[in-house]
Amino acid sequence: MLLLTGASLLLVLIMGIGLYMKSAPIFEDHSLWELLSASEWKPFKNRFGFFPFVMGTVWVTGIALVLALPLSLLVAVFLTEYSRAWVKRWFYPALDILAALPSVIYGVWGSLLIVPWISERLAPHFVEFSSGYTVLAGGIVLSVMILPLLVSLFVEIFSTVPQELRDASQALGATRWQTAKKVVIRRSLPGIFAAVVLAVSRALGETIAVLMVCGNLPQVPHSIFDACYPIPALIANNYGEMLSLPLYEAALMFAAMILFVVVLLFNLLSRIILYRLKKS
Amino acid sequence: MLSRIFKQIGFSVIKPDTDDLLHADARLEVRHFDLWIGDQPILKDISLQIPEHKITCIIGPSGCGKSTLLKSFNRLIDSVDGVRMRGSITLGGQDILRSNGANLIDLRRRIGLVPQRPCPLPMSIYGNIAYGCRIHGIRGRRKLDAVVRHYLTEVGLWDEVKERLREPAGGLSIGQQQRLCLARSLAVEPEFILADEATSALDPQSSKIVEDLFVKLKEHYSIIMVTHTLRQALRIADYVVFIYMGEVIETGDAGQVFHHPQHELTRNYLSGVFS
Amino acid sequence: MKSKYIEEIIVKILMALSLLAVVGFAASIVYTIFHRGWSCITWEMVSSLPGGGFYIGKEGGFLNAIVGSVYIVAASTFLGLLISIPVVFYLNIFLKSNSKFAYVARLAYDVLFGIPSIVYGAFAFTLMIWLGLRTSLLGGILVTTLLIIPIMIRSMDEVTKTFPRDLLDASYSLGATRLETMGVVLRQIMPGIATATLLSVGRAIGDAAGVMFTAGFSDSIPSSLSQPAATLPLSIFFQLSAPQAEVQNRAYAAALVLTGIVLVISLAGRFIMHRFSKNKI
Repeated sequence: MLLLTGASLLLVLIMGIGLYMKSAPIFEDHSLWELLSASEWKPFKNRFGFFPFVMGTVWVTGIALVLALPLSLLVAVFLTEYSRAWVKRWFYPALDILAALPSVIYGVWGSLLIVPWISERLAPHFVEFSSGYTVLAGGIVLSVMILPLLVSLFVEIFSTVPQELRDASQALGATRWQTAKKVVIRRSLPGIFAAVVLAVSRALGETIAVLMVCGNLPQVPHSIFDACYPIPALIANNYGEMLSLPLYEAALMFAAMILFVVVLLFNLLSRIILYRLKKS
Repeated sequence: MLSRIFKQIGFSVIKPDTDDLLHADARLEVRHFDLWIGDQPILKDISLQIPEHKITCIIGPSGCGKSTLLKSFNRLIDSVDGVRMRGSITLGGQDILRSNGANLIDLRRRIGLVPQRPCPLPMSIYGNIAYGCRIHGIRGRRKLDAVVRHYLTEVGLWDEVKERLREPAGGLSIGQQQRLCLARSLAVEPEFILADEATSALDPQSSKIVEDLFVKLKEHYSIIMVTHTLRQALRIADYVVFIYMGEVIETGDAGQVFHHPQHELTRNYLSGVFS
Repeated sequence: MKSKYIEEIIVKILMALSLLAVVGFAASIVYTIFHRGWSCITWEMVSSLPGGGFYIGKEGGFLNAIVGSVYIVAASTFLGLLISIPVVFYLNIFLKSNSKFAYVARLAYDVLFGIPSIVYGAFAFTLMIWLGLRTSLLGGILVTTLLIIPIMIRSMDEVTKTFPRDLLDASYSLGATRLETMGVVLRQIMPGIATATLLSVGRAIGDAAGVMFTAGFSDSIPSSLSQPAATLPLSIFFQLSAPQAEVQNRAYAAALVLTGIVLVISLAGRFIMHRFSKNKI
């Protein structure tokens, strides 16, 4: 049993080392800074600029968070501060469904509904032409995907706020919202931060759904109606041909390593905060 | 203007007539009050009149419903799932049980609460006292400074904390925290103070300080306390309500109830047959 | 003075809208998939293998993907349980409740849970190249197992943690051995194991990025562990990227099948949890 436990723990370490060793060749030709800041992606000419992909990931994740955060906060405040039991009973299955649906299904939904909506309804108001396969489409799909995670984390965090604090605030004549805003949310700020970091790291690694709606053009997006190419999509789209060039493989493994390191750090940070909160 | 729009779309914003109510007669009266949680009757046919500017002690064995009664006065009982109530509790003619929205919130302002365990809100000492004013829309640095100073002085905390008003209130000792909570509820200018075993979590010395404060405060406020220690009730009560199994058994002036109890249950309880 | 009541009302309206939005999203996804998939699905699609010219719209079905998914999910769930149950026991019974090691282990599993499946896939792919393996059913099973172990362990662990340690002492004091005591615990956490399993199955069947690298894709049903295997999510993904409407329609049908399976699993999970919370100790 100790062996199994230990072995599964070593997995984190082995993954890190494995990815680093595989991506090492690319550092012989290019510096880390050059890789991250250059924006030209031409593997067959030995040009590996990750900047467009990094920006694509940042944009999509940012939009997802901007959309999902207020929504999930309001829902979580409602569920913990306002809701009667029967509303919860009817509402939780909806969250369950959102949490259970595989990412490829989100991709299908996004390409059937969100993409045409953007290209036909929304984009014409702002730009001359947009295919719909855009940063915005990726952001919307991702935001719906991280909603259930955010809501359930927020609900869990808000429930650790002692009832006496709410009583004290309401006894002074505060409305429920004032209590939620000034006592519950305020006290939960570290937890909210941790939850957001966790949700961001989930969004960073999401592959198939984003791949299906983002357009996948290696360019730095200038507006939300531009196509973009996030890092996970880059890896998934090119793994087939990567063996053709030694440095190409190293470049893709470097992309995987960026994801691994960022997600690892984000997860560690937020989990440690959440553990602390649970204990106290 | 806005309230008219809201009324148009089906929301009624009830404007509290604060000015009329503020100095009107402020009697707290309970008439034929029943309360169930789920199907379980907790309080049965309670009728009471709480005297003004006195300390009323609600005594009774644990689980008899005294805390529930206290929480009904400011309707914090609402946060318990499955509560049903019947009868009436009126404060100066206004029915607490049938208030909601703005009226309920105004009622809650008029009835302060000192909790069982001190619970400073997650903000500074200053922020705790100013909280009540801020949520009622009172702003302005100078006004708030004055309020904070006045009420901290009132509970004898000013000299102890004036150097660290901006520090989190969680850093105070338990006894200081409880006085802070008292000051916090006084700062919204209530007429009643509800205290739910307010000294049970404190050491004897802090407990004495809080008790003395209550005695001092009854000049301006009517105080209702739930207590589990008979000795405390003996020390400070003016008026006593004895509750047993959800029913009021006996009420009366402290001297009379303690020294000449009319009911046998009261006699047994006071002599320690059960507790 | 009045502004706080107006604020309260505005917030309530916003909350109602948010709630509606969440329910709306869920309904919209399920409706879109069912509506679109129902008009496309035929018996032939779910019961036959891809024929010649399948990806340019000729006849055939995606039975290969259904069977491939079932193989991978069944095998990895079995392997996952084999590994995670002992780990959960180790964390909860053999280690003290304030153990540093248990803390680090839980942290590590939570972190592993957060690692995206594409990273698992990329890592496993390099490992397989290093070992000289090609994309195969075995590779898919292994990477999926790695993917679900953290979920299995952590969700079982959450249930087992609530198991009162006094009960363990009681069992020991009656003279039960460690093994017998473990039997007692196992019976108690059975519903927890069931929900953890369902949760993992749900995640395993929906994962595309991990198996993309390791299981490859194939038009036939694999007959040995070393052959590549198709999976439902990848089958949807590949068919949807084809330009022909016929091929895309099959993708919608496959999406319907996948959604149906996942929804049934999720409902079953909720049902078990509900039953469980009623007679919890």
